[in-house]
Amino acid sequence: MNSRKLTQNKIDIRKIWYYFTRHIDGFLLTFILVLMSVGLMVLYSASGGNIGKVNNQAINIVVALILMWVIANTSMQQIKRIALPIYLVGLALLIGVALFGEIYNGARRWLNIGITRIQPSELMKIAIPLMMAWYFDKYEITLRFRDYIGATLLLTIPVLLILKQPDLGTALLIAASGFYVLFFAGLSWRIIIGLIVLGAASLPILWGMMHDYQRQRVMTLLDPTQDPLGAGYHIIQSSIAIGSGGIAGKGWQNGTQTQLDFLPEQSTDFIFAVFSEEFGLIGNTLLLLLYLIIIGRCIVITANASSQFSRLIAGSITLTFFTYIFVNMGMVSGILPVVGVPLPLISYGGTSMVTMLIGFGILMSIHTHPKFIRT
Amino acid sequence: MELRDQPIELQKFRIRLGISVIFILALFSILYVRFYYLQITQQDHYSTLAEVNRISILPLVPNRGLIFDRHGKVLAQNYSAYALEITPSKVPDIESTLDELAAFIEITPTDRQRFMKLMKESRRFKSLPIRNRLNEIEIATFATNRYRFPGVEIKSRVFRQYPEKELVSHVVGYISRINDKDLDFLELNNELNNYRGSQHIGKIGIEQSYEKQLHGITGFEEVETDAAGRSIRVLSRTLPISGNNLILSLDFGLQEAVEKAFGDRRGALVALDPNNGEILAFVSKPGYDNNLFIGGIDHENWNMLNNSIDRPLNNRALRGVYPPGSTFKPFMALAALELGKRTPEYSMADPGFFSLPGVKHRFRDWKPGGHGRVNLHKSLVVSCDTFYYSLGNDLGIDNMHNFIGQFGLGKKTGIDVENEVSGLLPSSAWKMAQHKQKWYAGDTISAAIGQGYNLTTPLQLAFATMMIANGGKAYAPRFVKQIQNSKTGETTNIPENLLYTANFKPKNLEVIRNALIDVTRPGGTAAKAGANALYTFAGKTGTSQVVRIKQGERYNEKLIDERHRDHAMFIAYAPAESPKIALAVLVENTGTGGSTAAPIARQVFDYYLLGNTPKAEDDSLNDNTEEHDHSH
Repeated sequence: MNSRKLTQNKIDIRKIWYYFTRHIDGFLLTFILVLMSVGLMVLYSASGGNIGKVNNQAINIVVALILMWVIANTSMQQIKRIALPIYLVGLALLIGVALFGEIYNGARRWLNIGITRIQPSELMKIAIPLMMAWYFDKYEITLRFRDYIGATLLLTIPVLLILKQPDLGTALLIAASGFYVLFFAGLSWRIIIGLIVLGAASLPILWGMMHDYQRQRVMTLLDPTQDPLGAGYHIIQSSIAIGSGGIAGKGWQNGTQTQLDFLPEQSTDFIFAVFSEEFGLIGNTLLLLLYLIIIGRCIVITANASSQFSRLIAGSITLTFFTYIFVNMGMVSGILPVVGVPLPLISYGGTSMVTMLIGFGILMSIHTHPKFIRT
Repeated sequence: MELRDQPIELQKFRIRLGISVIFILALFSILYVRFYYLQITQQDHYSTLAEVNRISILPLVPNRGLIFDRHGKVLAQNYSAYALEITPSKVPDIESTLDELAAFIEITPTDRQRFMKLMKESRRFKSLPIRNRLNEIEIATFATNRYRFPGVEIKSRVFRQYPEKELVSHVVGYISRINDKDLDFLELNNELNNYRGSQHIGKIGIEQSYEKQLHGITGFEEVETDAAGRSIRVLSRTLPISGNNLILSLDFGLQEAVEKAFGDRRGALVALDPNNGEILAFVSKPGYDNNLFIGGIDHENWNMLNNSIDRPLNNRALRGVYPPGSTFKPFMALAALELGKRTPEYSMADPGFFSLPGVKHRFRDWKPGGHGRVNLHKSLVVSCDTFYYSLGNDLGIDNMHNFIGQFGLGKKTGIDVENEVSGLLPSSAWKMAQHKQKWYAGDTISAAIGQGYNLTTPLQLAFATMMIANGGKAYAPRFVKQIQNSKTGETTNIPENLLYTANFKPKNLEVIRNALIDVTRPGGTAAKAGANALYTFAGKTGTSQVVRIKQGERYNEKLIDERHRDHAMFIAYAPAESPKIALAVLVENTGTGGSTAAPIARQVFDYYLLGNTPKAEDDSLNDNTEEHDHSH
């Protein structure tokens, strides 16, 4: 009797474990956790051995993981239902920011909602791909050219509002995530190529519309030595950090650029320079591989998604994740202008961590919920 | 319209996914080539740069602006002194180093504890103070032993000091070490660069609210350093710009006079200049020694301040909320005249209580048996409750709320420091929103004499009194009168800030003011405090209930626990014909306004208008021989 009770318990625990993990993609989670651990280790070094900052980040990670779990356990049908409301709320908040937002650093990005300040553009990073995917899913059978126009409008209005804050970095990234949905929804190649040509042709006009500080960033990229104490300082110091790391790096907590405080923003946007300095090209290779494995898994999930809605959203999340990595590493290594983009899963900060993991939660939900077969 | 073919669409999607994979791999390759270029091809170049990266940019911390009272008395200043500092990253064993250091420089357990806490919160290569204010002998002994202590240095630092401590702690506030929360705030405001090197930031009071003015602009020094990061040679220097000095409207002499007049009693006093809203005195008793907070307060002192039953850290003038009691009556009386509910000629018989029609419950007057025939003038002079019970019933709570709201009660006054609280001027809508209950007629009756749900801060009462004194002009109360540019020495006046003007009929105001003058004359509730004044002095006494007295019970001061006794209140201004000062006083747990609060106001006026310094707490003004009841 006693042993029977024991097996009963065993089965219960297994059952609980099953229900707890059945919507989690173990493969994806494993590599996400590996990257996060690397991030905490680099953060410890970047903050000069400040365990408090590491603890804070650990809390951010736990919160983000819980949110990921909740989203993964939500079916795509349910997520689809909230796509429109989330988008509308996000849009309303963005308009709120434009009208009543608080100004910091010359930019109107924050909205005070009594209890706390929020940055609605962050919400839009998820809301826009969801909304556009929902839209294409709705008109899937009868897709016409004008539907692409409609979808483009859904994207353009919030992007313009964010651009006006001004927050060029976020606006471009959100525009990219929306463009990825358009791309996967089958936007004709002629239009894509046309857009690229048009984009290249309008560069001079864009240049004229840019704020001084934005122009400065581009100029600095072309010749960092022009402004060694101002905007060029970031790029020069991060290039030195990466370059002096060499093949094997200087070792954990031994990066002189980092520890002697030459490197700016070392725990947030420039954390990759810390990693590069201390772990060298070997470290960079492994880091890129880890990211590639995660991206690869995301692509597999995207390829196997059953509905139009799931496919579009998964494709957009995957490419957006990649874009963050590319833009961050590109800016830190000096091939892209400095825009405030964190390195996914590694940079210090709760907001981007939460946004990323909500994205992964959606991918897990797509992969683990029963796929209904269309007849 | 074309109908899309599912399998073909899926095929197309997968092709596009494949193209994405190629796109991703291509861009990653570009990154990889860049890494290879930086880390292999150019490695020697960058390694050399890192080696000779000896031009480090060091911040030069600006001196914090000073704070003066209106006559130039220093309230916050800086002094430089030598501090013993340790850079943890250069010291292998902190504990043993501290033990060795203690041999010739005194390091108390508190110093040690504070240092350990600091070390946990800071970067390892940051220089942290273990002892401040070294004396010359200590400096000399350390200098001869310096070689034994790599990573330990003596540095000249600038420290903040508040010479007047508890006398102005609730005004000036304090600075303290920058913590993570402050850093987040600075980052949000893009001011982190200006604080690279700063160790302190204003946390409360003027030090907090005027942080931007006081901090100054950080300078930078380009320094050539050796491999260990020690500086060898200065290459260029941008000097810091000191913070601006603040000249307050506060009169320190007056502040001291208030302090003396209060003696050991708890409470608050706010005095304003009714002509412009300048704050002349701002006292919350007890105060605390704000110097304790600068270097980070130790546990012992913190526990003492934080757990004290007297709550010295509580800024009663700004954040303490109390029912205004009978000091509410002048505003009620003006409402009655302005809204046409009473005329100056109207009088009623006061039986000593008021009952709502058809209800048995009696709202008692503080004077058993009543005051006889009472008109509006007399109702203020003797502080008749019954008159206001019936008036409140006629006005209704929402009329009271809307009219008296013009005096700023229940709202933030807009004073130039943070953390003000709003208090409460109740209305039927408020009760519905807050308690999900309708407003009862009985609620109005107690509200009419300033009890019930009413809650005001001493600052609000002073603000409202100012508006009676100046005929309805709502000036935002402010501490800072002038800002002195540290570089040019020029002072900029901060103009008064007239928020709005309430339109009251001059003849109605006159009725109220005349009554308030008679309050301080024989027959009035503050007659004793007003006796032999060399100027005309207008005021109103009040009592703020701490505990509710049950129906049929009488308030007996002697039987009640001291902390549950009523608070004495008094609002006043002088000289009545052309007011120069308007104030509100609150004395906690001392009973009636006339006996304890009004004498303080008298002493404050005597000092401000005549230059008489008050004697230390005058017992003859503080007796309890008269029959005092609890609500006048």
